Amino acid sequence: MVKGKAVPMDRANVDTDQIIPAKHLKRIERTGYGEFAFEAWRSDPEFVLNRPEHADAKVMITRENFGSGSSREHAVWALDGLGIEALIGEGFADIFKNNCFQGGMLTVELPADDIDHLMEVVGKQPESEVEVDLEAQTVSLGDVSWQRHFDIDPFQKYRLLRGLDDIGMSLEYQADIARHESTRPGWLPATS
Amino acid sequence: MTAQTLFDKIWASHVVDSPLQEQARVEALTGAGLSVDGDAGEKQEMLYIDLHLIHEVTSPQAFEGLRQAGRGVRRPDLTLATVDHNVPTMGRDLPNPDPLSATQIEMLRRNTQEFGVTLYDIMDPRQGIVHIIGPEQGFTQPGMTIVCGDSHTSTHGAFGALAFGIGTSEVEHVLATQTLRQQKPKSMSAEVTGSLGTGVTAKDVVLAIINKIGVKGGTGHVIEYRGSVVESLSMEGRMTICNMSIEGGARAGLVAPDETTFLYMKGRPHAPAGDAWEEAVEAWRSLPSDEGAHFDKHVHLDGTEIAPYVTWGTNPAQSVPVGGHVPELHELPEEHHESAERAYAYMDLTPGTPISEISIDRVFLGSCTNGRIEDLRAAAKVIKGKKVASDVGAMVVPGSGLVKMQAESEGLADIFTESGFEWREAGCSMCLGMNPDILSPGERCASTSNRNFEGRQGPGGRTHLVSPEMAAAAAIAGRFVDVREVVS
Repeated sequence: MVKGKAVPMDRANVDTDQIIPAKHLKRIERTGYGEFAFEAWRSDPEFVLNRPEHADAKVMITRENFGSGSSREHAVWALDGLGIEALIGEGFADIFKNNCFQGGMLTVELPADDIDHLMEVVGKQPESEVEVDLEAQTVSLGDVSWQRHFDIDPFQKYRLLRGLDDIGMSLEYQADIARHESTRPGWLPATS
Repeated sequence: MTAQTLFDKIWASHVVDSPLQEQARVEALTGAGLSVDGDAGEKQEMLYIDLHLIHEVTSPQAFEGLRQAGRGVRRPDLTLATVDHNVPTMGRDLPNPDPLSATQIEMLRRNTQEFGVTLYDIMDPRQGIVHIIGPEQGFTQPGMTIVCGDSHTSTHGAFGALAFGIGTSEVEHVLATQTLRQQKPKSMSAEVTGSLGTGVTAKDVVLAIINKIGVKGGTGHVIEYRGSVVESLSMEGRMTICNMSIEGGARAGLVAPDETTFLYMKGRPHAPAGDAWEEAVEAWRSLPSDEGAHFDKHVHLDGTEIAPYVTWGTNPAQSVPVGGHVPELHELPEEHHESAERAYAYMDLTPGTPISEISIDRVFLGSCTNGRIEDLRAAAKVIKGKKVASDVGAMVVPGSGLVKMQAESEGLADIFTESGFEWREAGCSMCLGMNPDILSPGERCASTSNRNFEGRQGPGGRTHLVSPEMAAAAAIAGRFVDVREVVS
């Protein structure tokens, strides 16, 4: 469950180069990217993330194809560094969406009409609280005066709710993996 | 048996059959009070990975994750590392002046050594852009699954391999298990029929496709490129097309393997040899999509209608043929007006301006899209005996150390330097603006790379994506020109 103020990112096709520019991908840690998030756009004092009323938002409202471009998971880490815990948008790019899932960042897809409504409400009344309830699969505004259901793959939901470690789970299937390996054609290349 | 696509065949042959995983899925669904039939959620499958390419930027956190959990690399012999994103393209014998970059590169050395992974390091002649060296060394083969922490991994699809980009957490998953958990994407057929005119290249074909389907047209899909134009392209050209699949939203692009593929591969260091070659080729011949196989989505282009393309905006779908102009708002669908207006401002362009009136400051020839030997040959042909315009700075960054050596032995390097291009060492360079090769704010660049996003080549820099031939012609003229008028 994520509940808090929201910031409206009212642009289509926000690419991962905007979320975190390449020159800040030189760190070898998963943290420390928040201060560089949306660096170029933040040079504009009117940019939505510079406005004090959205300073402590936990939810970002986005348009279509958010997170397009590079596979850099640093984009998720940068949003996390800004304090964002959930994204609600018209659509997300494939690799970015996978990365969000891996990083525990909830992505909720809603139709454009609903996003229009959310953009308008959080733009005009920035103190409005948006609640994303993963268990119930709902997005609500304020005291549930407006509520929408969202779809999520049940298995993925289960893993997010339980905070399961993907690698740990997959390592339990080592015998299956080894059996598959024994059927691979002999001509396949090896690097060493 | 149902007719299958190339994609279906590769997918099916790489699913790790795991009763335990299925059991866990059923438990999860029933635990959540849901039915376990096919409709209850898309099924995640465990896909075996034949080749995992890694580089310095997206791997350090993955190795650190392994260390913290006390895990190893399951198949170092199916993993290959190189340095490309963050390496300088000059002065490599000197200490790296950027301590953060130096540390990141040093981390890859330490990690590959600790976990026993082969590294093509900075002074190795085989070093280069990760998507150039895989095919060059013969590692990239039809029917394989290939992943890398880089979205342009789709390049390898040109060989009929299922290849896609992943994030760092998935890199860690592949290192530990040699598998990935994925839901099977949908399939899309992009058919280009007819033939291409002189001076029209694979780059123009893919820019035309992206222009038609839009930057999210391929989202959730794997694209198979088909038709007479694709069949007649060289492997280099097919790689250029597959490379930019992600710019249309698709994680992967594919081309069916054929004689062109086999001819390119034969004799490469890691391609099968002797009897194994014959056996492999026979298997590869069964990979192309069956007659009547189902695709979820279709797009068709007539190759004879494709002209050299130039992007005018800040996403790769915002492009026009070189004879056109920066589109006026009324020429664009209404849902694109807002992004077009932002692009006009960022690119400092007035709607209606003919493309041929846009002058440039810089030319970048290179990247995993267009940094192969054929690209350099094509550009050299355009500039031979001519000089780069006096107010233009132009550079060539070969895709690999071997491409560089070959270009030097063919005399291409001399052609470039004599006409005023800088000749650099291999790497990603100005494609993503991570090393010192960047545009200054406001500079306008004709670039053979893949992304024209705001600030991609440096903060405030303005990128126009073009083919190598078009970039070369622009370098000489100092503005965009129709390369067909230059070469004919």
